[in-house]
Amino acid sequence: MAHDATMGQAEAHYTTTGLDHRKILMWVFLASDCLFFGALISTYMVYRSNVPVGPGPELFDIPYTSVSAFVLLMSSLTMVLALAALQRGNSRQARLWLLATALQGAVFLGGQFYEFNLFVDQGLTLTTSVFGTSFFVLTGFHGTHVAIGVFMLLTLVGASYMGRLKPKHHLTVELVGLYWHFVDIVWIVIFTVVYLIPS
Amino acid sequence: MATAEQQAHTEDHPTPRTYINVAILLTVITIVEVAIVIIEVPTVFLISSLLALSAVKFAFVVGWFMHLKFDAKLYQALFLGGLFLAIAVLLALVALFENFTLP
Repeated sequence: MAHDATMGQAEAHYTTTGLDHRKILMWVFLASDCLFFGALISTYMVYRSNVPVGPGPELFDIPYTSVSAFVLLMSSLTMVLALAALQRGNSRQARLWLLATALQGAVFLGGQFYEFNLFVDQGLTLTTSVFGTSFFVLTGFHGTHVAIGVFMLLTLVGASYMGRLKPKHHLTVELVGLYWHFVDIVWIVIFTVVYLIPS
Repeated sequence: MATAEQQAHTEDHPTPRTYINVAILLTVITIVEVAIVIIEVPTVFLISSLLALSAVKFAFVVGWFMHLKFDAKLYQALFLGGLFLAIAVLLALVALFENFTLP
């Protein structure tokens, strides 16, 4: 059926590697995204002390960002619990965990939006200094990844409500989960390098 | 006939209880990270501790939540290859431009 093809079947099928090609592709994509974020993080590290004008890292509110980091960390737990529930055949519980994950992602995005507004009000913008540029580009691209993840999660929740996300579709949830956990591990690095380590 | 994918999933695949234990560990590490920043320890100790603690968090999420520890070796090779390349690029760029200042 067309809809089965869309959602992705987890049934075993022959491939040259014996592994599902969609999952291989996801891991290759995540490896390439490591390079993408590696370039952005190194750019930030080079420019972090370069604040000729305007405010710098002293604006960071570590307790506030720690709460955001905790929320994203816990969203990884709910994501993996959603997959485990679907693999056990409990679609309803999987839907609830997926919804919880999406909500936590939305909370993180809301926190980032508030933080960005606060920084802009205090004079740090994308064009204030190279520090501002590298900071907003790095954290902004991460936020974009989170927003895409939330969209994918809500799509899965919607599909589940319509009865189109069944236990046989667990690979689809696993792939979205891999992407979501990657977003989390990138934030683990950004939280340490950008917010916790002094410049 | 079982595929390599199925064979790769070993019997000791994590349970929800294990995931919750990992999440508790990650929470404790995050609290320790923030605590050592707030109590102002010597910079060398601070930076090395933060890098080590974030590496542990990274490893637990990748290994357990992403199942890389229990999955096929090809996935590990693909991801770790990209990760180590990214770390090498990061170190090279920082070493090259460490003392770079804008005119």
